[in-house]
Amino acid sequence: MNPAPHVEVRNLIVTVPGPDGAPLRIVDDVSFEVARGEVLALIGESGSGKTTIALALMGYGRGGAAISGRIRVGDATLDGGGASLAAQRGRQISYVAQSAAAAFNPARRVIDQVIEPALIHRTASSGDARASAVELFRALGLPSPETIGSRYPHELSGGQLQRLMAAMALITRPDLVIFDEPTTALDVTTQVSVLQAFRRVVRQQGATGVYVSHDLAVVAQMADQILVLNRGRVREHNRTGKLLAAPADDYTQLLIAAAHPHVKAQAAVPAKPEPLLEIAGLHAGYGPIDREGRPTLPVLSDVSLTIMRGAAVGVIGESGSGKSTVARVVAGLLAPVTGTVSLAGEPLAPTVSGRTREQLRRVQIVFQNADVALNPAHSVGDILGRVLRFYHDLRGADAQRRVAELLDLIRLPAAVAERRCDELSGGQKQRVNLARALAANPDLILCDEVTSALDTVVRGAILDLLADLRRDLGVAYMFISHDIATVKALCDEIVVLYKGTTVQSGRRESYDTPPLHPYTDLLIRSVPELRPGWLADETVQAAAPFAHMPESTHLCRLLPRCPLAISGRCDAIAPPLRKTSAGHMLLCHRTEAELIG
Amino acid sequence: MKRGNLARAIRAFPWSGKLGLALVLFWITIALVGRLIAPYPSGAFVSYEVFAGASGKFWFGSDFLGRDVLSRLLVGAQFTVGLSAVAVTIAVALGTGFALTAAVGPRWLDELLSRAMDTLISIPSKIFALVLVAAFGSSILLLTLIVSITYVPGNFRIARSLAVGLARLDYVEVARARGEGRPYIALVEILPNMIRPLFADIGLRFVFIVLLLSGLSFLGLGLQPPDADLGSLVRENVNGLGEGALAILVPALAIASLTVGVNLLIDAATQGKVQ
Repeated sequence: MNPAPHVEVRNLIVTVPGPDGAPLRIVDDVSFEVARGEVLALIGESGSGKTTIALALMGYGRGGAAISGRIRVGDATLDGGGASLAAQRGRQISYVAQSAAAAFNPARRVIDQVIEPALIHRTASSGDARASAVELFRALGLPSPETIGSRYPHELSGGQLQRLMAAMALITRPDLVIFDEPTTALDVTTQVSVLQAFRRVVRQQGATGVYVSHDLAVVAQMADQILVLNRGRVREHNRTGKLLAAPADDYTQLLIAAAHPHVKAQAAVPAKPEPLLEIAGLHAGYGPIDREGRPTLPVLSDVSLTIMRGAAVGVIGESGSGKSTVARVVAGLLAPVTGTVSLAGEPLAPTVSGRTREQLRRVQIVFQNADVALNPAHSVGDILGRVLRFYHDLRGADAQRRVAELLDLIRLPAAVAERRCDELSGGQKQRVNLARALAANPDLILCDEVTSALDTVVRGAILDLLADLRRDLGVAYMFISHDIATVKALCDEIVVLYKGTTVQSGRRESYDTPPLHPYTDLLIRSVPELRPGWLADETVQAAAPFAHMPESTHLCRLLPRCPLAISGRCDAIAPPLRKTSAGHMLLCHRTEAELIG
Repeated sequence: MKRGNLARAIRAFPWSGKLGLALVLFWITIALVGRLIAPYPSGAFVSYEVFAGASGKFWFGSDFLGRDVLSRLLVGAQFTVGLSAVAVTIAVALGTGFALTAAVGPRWLDELLSRAMDTLISIPSKIFALVLVAAFGSSILLLTLIVSITYVPGNFRIARSLAVGLARLDYVEVARARGEGRPYIALVEILPNMIRPLFADIGLRFVFIVLLLSGLSFLGLGLQPPDADLGSLVRENVNGLGEGALAILVPALAIASLTVGVNLLIDAATQGKVQ
């Protein structure tokens, strides 16, 4: 056993020039060590300095950051005694970034990019590098490993690109691999297989890992030890099992609590439930409509759902499931091909231009990314004031008073009205984004992934706020998300979409026990649990018998992925819609009894 | 409060921006009062010597006909600065106006405007000017129109690409979902976010216009004698080039300092907003 740890960091301090010129410490006195072959996780919210530390391990400071302290990786040190860290980059130390889609050059074949580090550092000839790249593709579980390299980045999915990027990082057989939020941009179902592939390959190569993430549950699967960071300082550092079982620091406890959202506020049940929004037989898509009345890119087929007054209905699915398209159709931004949307009994015109101002006022939409949903040229007061003037004809002092009320409602100080949006934090922006919808006094708010871009702690606060607003104002939500845990925390009813069709719908409680649609089951089982070893248990994923079949719009869309598909039925006729004894709807050939068993 | 912000912004300019501001203010002043402080009428033959050097009587010497260069420069600056400023305003207003219309309007309108602009951009500006001047005769109004129209398509292209990108952003979608009209979306949601690159474009186009006006004058298509803009001054004294006459150097330097000043100022102003 080598007594010296592989990676050693002592009193690391990183400073950047502050707005007034004085140096600002973004990483403050951080020390840790990692033994060879172990994985250390750096966890914290955005702005905690976790990526900065990861980059410092490669001797790199972003945007003029100054690094001081002692860093040693193998024989290389920060100050260049032995070898310099920068010289090891890409060879002994490699990096996997968050967005693989943005990290690949779209104009070059992926194999040429994957083997590039080996060629630059001359660790292998072109032929050998190609051979070992194919080995890595196979180890990472990529489909058709021999030929996938000859494709271009746009021909591959996000999960595949992320694995290819890992292959690029591992091609030089580095001693240290740094993963910077590598699965944050992926769907949960994809995340599981990518995590498994990463862990297997890193262990095979015997590399040391540093895993940067904000997701404690993911980290629990990957890391041997966890370093909890907050505002550049170490809050807690311990072995994974101990840290999760007995968190000592209150910030760690906060992170653990936030990993499983629980909403405290309970919604008041309206006196007599009456339907607010009814969607029936909705077909929608993008592009010109052909002779059979189908758009070039069909997204939704035959979606129906009802939202009662004051209710919260969750719509979940992975990317491409059409969940955002539902919101766009309801908001009138996209005209449906067929089907109706009605609000409190009145049918709504297909697009905004045909609806009355009153109808528009009653349905408001809130987008995921507050950075682009709020106009950077306007102040918070302008943004809210415009909605007040537009729908309620409020001006001057009345409008100002109402803006202050709204800010109070979303728990921001009234002085924020003067500020421009780019001066606010991510969580504050999302609150303003929500306040803009509230300013209209709507009956229904369409929340399109409003918590997805937020850190866990901030996400919890926004969910609480949404629940409080619903209780106090009686507003109904259509809450769109890819995260079933978030949806379960807030909504009383949940609709699961897969490739534009509803595969399951029903009360929240019905998602706790079988029968579940095979896809719902997959979604729920893909959410990482907050315990080490979950990922190992999760490896048993039964193979889909029809994985070779192309997807067909006339059959169950899940067929190529479904482990329970029945030969002669699922591959022959469209599945029936069943009502279970618990009262929810399932679109499946399997009977209730079969799905329970 | 707005005024305080402006003063603070100017104080924060780099030295090049301050130099640009000084040059621009200088030329605006000259354009406004030049005609009043000119020592001689601009068309008067006041010296018996042509291409004379600087003297107490004629600060910048005399031109090829024995007229006072300083007086002609002071009057000429009014044409150059005024015409260019008016023309650039018209060009950018039309170009950006069409661009916003194309970005928020229906698709067919976008196609129509874009193709119309493509047609216009394919006509060489000097030939365009030549034809129109030949048809209608040279006048200040016609000159302004020619120069403005020449630079509409370039501004349209830049503004349209900016506006189309911005029109896809979520805040525009939100405004659309709220039921806002197209003029509101174009002017309040989109336009304020394209100001910065638009100003850079204005600076560029101002210089092009000064140069095109000078070029037209040089060809004899611009202002007609005895009026002269800075470009005409250079052209009519071109024979003095061999002897290094002030009559040609001074107007040339004037054009250079005006265009450089405008661009330094705009660079500083747009950079200031980034921070």
